Amino acid sequence: MSILVDDDTRVVVQGITGGEGNFHAEQMIEYGTNVVAGAVPGKGGQEAAGVPVYDTVEEAAIEEDADASVIFVPPAFAGDAIFEALDAPLDLAVAITEGVPTQDMAKVNKRLSEVDTRLIGPNCPGIITPGEAKLGILPGNIFSEGKVGLVSRSGTLTYQVVDSLTQRGIGQSTAVGIGGDPIIGTSFVDALELFEQDPETAAVVMCGEIGGEDEEQAAAYIAENMETPVAGFIAGRTAPPGKRMGHAGAIVSGSGTGTAESKIDALNDAGVPVGDTPEEVADNVESFL
Amino acid sequence: MKLHEYQAKEVFAEAGIPVPASRLASSVEEVVEAVGEIGYPAAIKAQVHVGGRGKAGGIEIVTSEDEAREAAESILGMDLKGYTVERVLVEEGVDFVDELYVGVTMDRAAGEPVAMVSTEGGVDIEEVAEESPEAIAREHVDPAFGMHPYESRKVVYEAGVEQQFAGDVASILRTLFELYEDSDASEIEVNPVMITADDDVIAADAVMNIDDDALFRQPELAEMEEDAYQNDLERKAGEYGFDYVRLSGNVGIIGNGAGLVMTTLDLVDYYGGQPANFLDIGGGAKAERVTNALDMVFSDENVDSVVFNIFGGITRGDEVAKGINEALEQFDEIPKPVTVRLAGTNAEEGMEILNTDLVTVEKTLESAVQRAVADAEEVNQ
Repeated sequence: MSILVDDDTRVVVQGITGGEGNFHAEQMIEYGTNVVAGAVPGKGGQEAAGVPVYDTVEEAAIEEDADASVIFVPPAFAGDAIFEALDAPLDLAVAITEGVPTQDMAKVNKRLSEVDTRLIGPNCPGIITPGEAKLGILPGNIFSEGKVGLVSRSGTLTYQVVDSLTQRGIGQSTAVGIGGDPIIGTSFVDALELFEQDPETAAVVMCGEIGGEDEEQAAAYIAENMETPVAGFIAGRTAPPGKRMGHAGAIVSGSGTGTAESKIDALNDAGVPVGDTPEEVADNVESFL
Repeated sequence: MKLHEYQAKEVFAEAGIPVPASRLASSVEEVVEAVGEIGYPAAIKAQVHVGGRGKAGGIEIVTSEDEAREAAESILGMDLKGYTVERVLVEEGVDFVDELYVGVTMDRAAGEPVAMVSTEGGVDIEEVAEESPEAIAREHVDPAFGMHPYESRKVVYEAGVEQQFAGDVASILRTLFELYEDSDASEIEVNPVMITADDDVIAADAVMNIDDDALFRQPELAEMEEDAYQNDLERKAGEYGFDYVRLSGNVGIIGNGAGLVMTTLDLVDYYGGQPANFLDIGGGAKAERVTNALDMVFSDENVDSVVFNIFGGITRGDEVAKGINEALEQFDEIPKPVTVRLAGTNAEEGMEILNTDLVTVEKTLESAVQRAVADAEEVNQ
């Protein structure tokens, strides 16, 4: 079992004729993902990465029965590409693009509240259910099949933790990178809720970072609603206030909100052990199993 | 991207928001000349990208030429929280009876813009928000529709602004919201909006920050960018296209991906060292980027040792290793000890390529960080 994606997921790649889109479409197919089409305006009728390309996402959804998309579209057009996926309509859209203007995401966010499509990202590595499907840019070879769910705001930090788990023989049910932007489609709480409902996920790792209040909300959710044990990690303990630490969302504001301390305290209060190092996170997961 | 107060006021004035008469000056003589034109009292205000300028001594009110000269001499060239003051805004002193706060920003948690109005203007609004949050009236705005006029009135009334001035304040708020949308701002703030002795309503300060990710479609604003970097290293990082933040420690840090680089900083601290910087080389970095990154960190005189941590997804370990070798082979003597840890895509190939005469190779993140911390300690013994 898994959440959101499996080997039945039929994927359309938006931006499949671009460098990134093409490369990762091939990587996804190689991993075993059921990529059924590409969508690029003006490129309908061509073929890319071995699948047919359509001018619109709607056409791809109708002709190839696609139900999910991965978006590799430059920032200026990414908001529009997400709207197109929502309106197709697809069940799931995964936006990899980094640097989408925040006000575009505010408009997307508004529409998300009115439709059934789930958005993951933007500015994220995607989602993978090991052995079944990967939608995004995660390196498939470090993942292994198993029972630990992962949710993270950062790509490479996810890889670091997954690698520790895999090397200890601990496999993963699904790993979701929710993205490092201020406004994102799927929050920690959304992902935790899905893992809690998945009978095959026995433990969850949550990797947060400074900025915003998403981790605090997750802590409240865990305390109220979760039976599945959660191991936490928070990056950015040493980040100075007012400086953007790479991710647009990773910033401690002048008034002290969004600090690592507040997030760690909230998680500890919810009974979630927060590791000081990625290895300690793996230790904590191991103790749950 | 931050606009200076004088730039934000130019934008405000063009949009029809009333602002005090002012002139920009960069020398004591220019200040004296400007005050002569504007008259007394006048405010001399440092133009730097820091909050709380008043408290830090960056704003003075003057009532004579001597005072103006004295204020200009003390403010020009002063260090304000790490920024050197090179210019001041000379502005007519406003005889005010009341000060309000008006602002628009993005509420991350709600995913919507929020307009804020308070009658407790003229002081640090973040303190007000913490100590008496009920003193700030808030109105969320649907980003698809923009601000309805009634919303601007509602939040102004809710804040308790006197009815006599509510219309003018609401009108300023609506214009600010339009600017917020049209200019892809992340934040626009006027603190204070002054109610003058003549019953006028005027924007006496101006904060306007633009979303960096939207600058590609705001070419006019992008051109206004000034003093974006606090030091030469940050400027260099901007030229190289790195996400870089300079810190005060002595262990240089290079890695890929924001979360993992932050984690590396945290581990340096955890193992008793002090991080000198945050440097994210990004995904898919080729040899040249790696060379540039090492050049950056080596040129920071505070750095005593370097840890290079790569977990390759789209970044390939062999490419990184080539770049590290190339960078280090230029030196007769390695300027600072470098510890490298490679994992993920092509990590094994990379570790074979690395010249171990020039770098220390560690297998885990934890051991690499401990090595670099120990190296830095050794330098200081």
